[in-house]
Amino acid sequence: MTDREPTDAAPPNPAEAPSLTRTLLPRREGRPPVMVKLERFEGPLDLLLHLIKRDEIDIYDIPIARITQQYLAYLDLMRSFDLDVAGEFLVMAATLMRIKAKMLLPLPAVGDEEEEGDPREELVQRLVEYRQFKEAAGTLKLREEDRRQLYERGMLPGEDEAGPLPLAPATLFDLLDALQRVMARVPERAVYEVRAEAYDVEDKLALIARLVAEDGAVLFSTLLFRCRARAEMIVTFIALLELVKLGHVTVAQSETFGDISIVARTSEGSTPDATVESSGGA
Amino acid sequence: MPPSNLRAALEALLFSSDQPLTLALLGESLDTSTEDVATALRALEAEYADRGAGVQLREIAGGWMLVTAPEHAEWVGRLLRGRKKMRLSRAALETLAIIAYKQPVTKSEVEAIRGVDSSAVMATLLERNLVTIRGRSKVVGRPLLYGSTPEFLDYFGLRDLSELPRPEELRALVAAREPEQLDMMELEVIAQVGSDLPVSSDQPHEIEPLGGDGDVAGEPELAEDAARERT
Repeated sequence: MTDREPTDAAPPNPAEAPSLTRTLLPRREGRPPVMVKLERFEGPLDLLLHLIKRDEIDIYDIPIARITQQYLAYLDLMRSFDLDVAGEFLVMAATLMRIKAKMLLPLPAVGDEEEEGDPREELVQRLVEYRQFKEAAGTLKLREEDRRQLYERGMLPGEDEAGPLPLAPATLFDLLDALQRVMARVPERAVYEVRAEAYDVEDKLALIARLVAEDGAVLFSTLLFRCRARAEMIVTFIALLELVKLGHVTVAQSETFGDISIVARTSEGSTPDATVESSGGA
Repeated sequence: MPPSNLRAALEALLFSSDQPLTLALLGESLDTSTEDVATALRALEAEYADRGAGVQLREIAGGWMLVTAPEHAEWVGRLLRGRKKMRLSRAALETLAIIAYKQPVTKSEVEAIRGVDSSAVMATLLERNLVTIRGRSKVVGRPLLYGSTPEFLDYFGLRDLSELPRPEELRALVAAREPEQLDMMELEVIAQVGSDLPVSSDQPHEIEPLGGDGDVAGEPELAEDAARERT
């Protein structure tokens, strides 16, 4: 496992790096994905209001190109986390792009019977209306808390635990923002997956036979130097023994503790003096 | 014959019930006029307040109810060990707000405002009896119409729907939260939104009742009916 130098720090703006997180969180094959099920409680209007609020945009003068870009970047971000991007988000994306396209077109000449207003108007109305109901929901929340302080008769003490801990009032988009900030701080680290290799005696048999056939002889040390793991050395050694046993090769050592050379067995009778030795092996 | 000690009798009735009791029901049970019951209620309320009692009277969902005082909530909560209903999710609160202000309203109208599918939330709210089916709209497809219930008022401790903030109050709350220039467009939009807000004056739907009685009118009557049915 190696640490690579952080190549580039992640820009904090999702619009500039929509697919960044995908490279940070590679999907690994052969492992069940972690599934987090979130209640789908946020919709495209929430997302737009979130973007508008975050960038302190005037809701009545939405820079539609910028918002569209950020909106799409967010969808990309959500997808990269395997969040289920509902169809409503795509519909809104289409709506935004349609408005953007309309704004690019020249205004119809004055006096046209069809009086088209600001193409953003309908969307703005929806946002304003939705925001009001969100506010109404907020006041309901306060009433709910107040009411929970009053107990009526007939509630019995139970053994149940106290229920889920109250969570900070963060939205899904707040979480995504926070995650992105953290990601931006963490330098990218290359993670390599190390897998044990399987070594096969058959392969090594073939390899040694080929080397010996090509060069006439091969040094035992050369064979072992090629190995990357102890297991591979063992398998190579077993393959060598097998070849000797089968009589395809023979091994020779010129001096004590000298290197062992493996030579092809030419014909019967010409076996060199040296016999198989295991000294100086693996 | 009315009880000799009206206030004490009233207290007994309220103590016996875990549901809000309407003036009408109290008057009927005590053989007393609703005016006298109201007077006795106020006297009882003052009595609790004067001696710093652990219980108090609250007007909830169109009726009166004896509840523990909020300053003792911590102790009662410990006794009950969290045996309270789950809080509503944000989605549920949002959906409820839309239904409360726009009732009677169809699911697709709610979804148009929220911009998301709301089937699951609606099912939860129906199951918890916070919303109810009011009938069918006569528009194409005859979709079901939803409205709030007495349990809705009880859950939020509301006397009636008029206790919800008015549209202009909501607007002020939004403006306070997101300070931005109020231009003409907003005023226009608010006016449009506002005209749709409570309660029953200009309903977009012609309602076809589901049940026999056909009473789909305003909330207080419903609350009374329900309270009467329960008792």
